[in-house]
Amino acid sequence: MSAAAIELATDHGETVETAIGADVPLAVQGLTVSYGDKPVVFSVDATFPAGSMTAIIGPNGAGKSSLLKAVLGIVPKLSGSVTVFGKPFETARRRIAYVPQRASVDWDFPTRVIDVVMMGLYRDLGLLRLVRPRHRERALDSLDRVGMADFADRQIGQLSGGQQQRVFLARALTQGADLFLLDEPFAGVDAATEKAIITVLKALKEDNRTVVCVHHDLATVTDYFDRVMLINVRKFAEGPVASAFSAETLQATYGGRLAATHIDQLDLVSA
Amino acid sequence: MGADFVILSLTPLLIGTLAAIACALPGNFLILRRQALIGDAISHVVLPGIVVAFLITGTTSTWPMMLGAAGAAIVAVILIEAIKRLGRIEPGAAMGVAFTALFAFGVLLLEQSDTSNVHLDVEHALYGNLESLIWFGADGWGSLLDRQALAELPPELGRMAAVTAVIAILTLVFWRPLKISTFDEGFAGTIGIPTAAIGFGLVVTAAVAAVAAFDAVGSIIVIAMFICPPAAARLMTNRLEAQIWWSLFFAILSAVLGFVLAGYGPLWLGGEDAVSAAGMIATVSGVILGLACLYAPHRTRIGAPATPD
Repeated sequence: MSAAAIELATDHGETVETAIGADVPLAVQGLTVSYGDKPVVFSVDATFPAGSMTAIIGPNGAGKSSLLKAVLGIVPKLSGSVTVFGKPFETARRRIAYVPQRASVDWDFPTRVIDVVMMGLYRDLGLLRLVRPRHRERALDSLDRVGMADFADRQIGQLSGGQQQRVFLARALTQGADLFLLDEPFAGVDAATEKAIITVLKALKEDNRTVVCVHHDLATVTDYFDRVMLINVRKFAEGPVASAFSAETLQATYGGRLAATHIDQLDLVSA
Repeated sequence: MGADFVILSLTPLLIGTLAAIACALPGNFLILRRQALIGDAISHVVLPGIVVAFLITGTTSTWPMMLGAAGAAIVAVILIEAIKRLGRIEPGAAMGVAFTALFAFGVLLLEQSDTSNVHLDVEHALYGNLESLIWFGADGWGSLLDRQALAELPPELGRMAAVTAVIAILTLVFWRPLKISTFDEGFAGTIGIPTAAIGFGLVVTAAVAAVAAFDAVGSIIVIAMFICPPAAARLMTNRLEAQIWWSLFFAILSAVLGFVLAGYGPLWLGGEDAVSAAGMIATVSGVILGLACLYAPHRTRIGAPATPD
């Protein structure tokens, strides 16, 4: 760790652990992530209640994906804690499903749609357990929920971007998790896919599961989500869309980068 | 094919085939991970390590060789970091500089040291001594059932067979985590797959294959077998499972065809001497890759590549 990074950590100090119950799907406290000397997420506290659908929004490079990856242990935390259903992340893995950005993998990889979805069963199958018909059925059922059942035997490279995104969502559904973390699931997808994904996510919410999405489209926030978290390295606002998603909080988060006219066009509840 | 074949050709054929399989198996994953150069790198670094281990212990037995190769790999990693930082050179170039420099150093060291009583010289390092791995104790196919004759098999055969078997078993046992973390490392980490350990294990496995094969067949085959059979196999199919089988088929085909062509090809063309079996095996694997590039069914990329964010 570089001197500046250590300074950053000591500056921030020890996180005060507060008791978090098993009924809270996800809580982060004092989360700080840094690449080199530059903090990309700084001292973020947030709680995501059960059955909620939260959009994490902020400008490009605001640390949205880094926040998600730090929660999942994909990138290291400089400081802070992550609690999943009252337990540390490592012991609660089974209850979490992650949908990475579609562009993060090579879609020329030699495999079929059904094989990718079956990857979501790894925690059940382990190294050597045989794939049973019920495993295949579970994977096919997930594909059906995202409207991709007919594509099970296709090579993944033959799919459109939106179809690839739905396959990633199907893999997460197969995991049977209670907390879903999605990184830009609506980025660059067609209208049919966007509708399919939001239908699935809303069904998850109805089922009292918790959804957290890194989201970039401000225009759909009010339609799709019930909670919002605005970050730009630091957290600027968090709470129900009705109160936290306002012209003031957006202006604060985006600084000068969001034109006032753009904000006017959004369907905001004025504070 | 009678006694001559069993005595002269059977063991080199088997060792060449086993070496090709041992390298091609991890090669499949190295290529998909865009780490194909690692196989090349390892086989270069191995040389100075083996020479130093020989100079210290005076033998060419397995463990000193393995330890020497491992030591050289560590030196290589340190060297690459140093070149990157001190010379401010991009990682790929730093790798290239470090590996060729270490290999050259190994060649110099080899020339200066007295290795006349063992199979360790510059030529051996490059293309092995496949043709000299003769089964002296055999007198025909019946020797395969003769305990005494079997005891006289070249020790390289047993060693290579053991290494190949271990690599095959490791590939089978770790198939799922290997496949998942090669496809989507971020996701693999979230479902509890130790991705760093899997990646490291793959490189170590490739290194063990390289050292074992290097001893019998030299670095030319090692470099070719890490890349050519898996790369050709990828063009034959769009399923990883089938790709592995194709790569094994191409590895065996290269080894057998290369060995036969090296021994008899020049005679058919009216020449006098046989050519290096290792060189011919590597050439055949290259020709197979070339043919696959031209005629295989899945030659074009179909999916979008990964873009780092």
